[in-house]
Amino acid sequence: MPEKRIVLKNCGVIDPRDINTYLGQDGFKALAKARTELTPEQVIAEIKGSGLRGRGGAGFPAGLKWELARNAPGTEKYVICNADEGEVGTFKDRYILGRDPFSLIEAMAIAGYAIGSQTGYIYLRAEYYYLLNLLQNAIAQAQEGGFLKGLVIEICEGAGFYVCGEETALMDSIEGRRGEVRFRPPFPPTQGLWGKPTIINNVETLINIPQIILNGAEWFNHIGTERSKGTKVFSISGDVERPGVYELVMGSPLRELVEELALARDVKLVQVGGAAGRVLPYQEIDTPLAFETVLGAGAVIVFNESRDVIDIVFRTMEFFAEECCGKCTPCRLGTEAMIEILAKFVQGSGSKEDLTVLEDTARMMQLTSLCGLGQTAPNAVVDTLQYFPDLYQARISKSEVP
Amino acid sequence: MADKSLPQLLASYRERKHLLALLKEIQEVYGYLPGEFIPEIARSLGLPVAEVYGVGTFYSFLSARLQGRNVIRVCKSAPCWLKNCELIVETLKRELGIGPGETTRDGRFSLQLTNCIGACDQAPAMMINDTTYVDLTPEKIPEILGGYK
Ligand SMILES: Cc1cc2nc3c(=O)[nH]c(=O)nc-3n(C[C@H](O)[C@H](O)[C@H](O)COP(=O)(O)O)c2cc1C
Ligand code: SF4
Ligand code: FES
Repeated sequence: MPEKRIVLKNCGVIDPRDINTYLGQDGFKALAKARTELTPEQVIAEIKGSGLRGRGGAGFPAGLKWELARNAPGTEKYVICNADEGEVGTFKDRYILGRDPFSLIEAMAIAGYAIGSQTGYIYLRAEYYYLLNLLQNAIAQAQEGGFLKGLVIEICEGAGFYVCGEETALMDSIEGRRGEVRFRPPFPPTQGLWGKPTIINNVETLINIPQIILNGAEWFNHIGTERSKGTKVFSISGDVERPGVYELVMGSPLRELVEELALARDVKLVQVGGAAGRVLPYQEIDTPLAFETVLGAGAVIVFNESRDVIDIVFRTMEFFAEECCGKCTPCRLGTEAMIEILAKFVQGSGSKEDLTVLEDTARMMQLTSLCGLGQTAPNAVVDTLQYFPDLYQARISKSEVP
Repeated sequence: MADKSLPQLLASYRERKHLLALLKEIQEVYGYLPGEFIPEIARSLGLPVAEVYGVGTFYSFLSARLQGRNVIRVCKSAPCWLKNCELIVETLKRELGIGPGETTRDGRFSLQLTNCIGACDQAPAMMINDTTYVDLTPEKIPEILGGYK
């Protein structure tokens, strides 16, 4: 399946500092259509009908989220754009924000109209400070152009913490608190920011919205697979010749991205979805990329034959131990315990019992962690134990083998 | 950077939701969050001292210890590691005479390691203050450092 530009349609085409170039590409036509031809309910019906699912990692149906927030009681509601992009290997939101900030603003205005919100926030990770001015400029131009009637968009800067990309931690961070994950329910569409109904969507999810409103749910619905509609924007890096951002129709084989577009050779394994993602050995390279199989936020990290699998897994776990917010025990202690054991395998002094503990700890974390960080942290361990068991066996201390 | 006093800063951040923004500005002006400020911030915003302290110690861009005038953050996550970020760290250690977590004697630089900063397509990458440097090689380091006072 070919590359297709829906999300990246304006990237490199418009001047992100000049709203007129955006208007020249049908900019703000979707917003006008929504406001004049559709009721908020019809906008939501259109998004639901399109089958659009969240691109930030979890894949929750966007229209359903919006409907829950629209129907939640209260007059004060919020639209949040998640531009925290902290997953290892992800940079597509940075790419999009820097080249097409206007589509995001238009999408937020449509979202505000649909759920009945007068306030939007863009939560921008501190590391993307260099995009702040560009975004502020784009908001100001949209305001001057009269496109933001009744909606104020504020940018809220992060302060460097991966877990703040998790939706409830992000809301706490906007409220000026420690970015710690909240217990759920209640869910954000009913009680989110300051306890008010809130929708939170990833940058890429939102960028799809104007296109869907303009071209219709039906059009979008025909692209992609049974349960994954539209395209996906991938960030590919690591052992490849052409790292970068590529947009593919949902369901395209991993091979197309890794070998044909990014020109990787001698691939040993691929981590799809970043540190939290799944590890696929080369023999799985024809796996289609979709919610049904592997996807995450679309970070694809390629490792070639010269790389050591256990080393990769160890580093992945180190990342989670450092970024864990510390609120729940399974994740706080589980990541530490796993690091300790994996360090032994790195050195070649693991034991059979260690393998059992790894498996048990992984299962415990997946089942009992409070948020996605702890639930996905063991993924690399679980997958490599499945695909590369011999490599672990080979690192069991010689004195242990009878 | 204009040296604003604490009362001036407190006057421009009056609401609870501004706590994080206030702490970030103090960090920028003073290079860290001086411990003696915490009770005054708490009083000004009507918050428990423990809460101000809690927020102040949570985020990686905030620090309770004095930082150098320029903070270097070298990315060490997988994509940068695959592109030899270790060589960059070694070069910085040699140039600055300090290791990660340390600050040069003259207070010019602090060196830190960080996780992915979203520039993996141009790895290895690092940040100095708010600026991101990409496609690093050991040769580029001295010139980059030379741009900071
Ligand atoms: C630890 C953790 C980090 C996350 N980081 C991000 C992030 O950086 N960007 C993002 O869009 N979603 C992130 N998410 C997912 C969000 O919680 C949430 O699902 C998403 O913002 C919803 O938007 P979507 O439905 O449009 O994807 C993260 C989740 C977890 C558990
Ligand atoms: S799983 Fe980890 S990051 Fe998530 S709430 Fe628990 S401790 Fe925090
Ligand atoms: S891994 Fe270094 S910038 Fe992403």
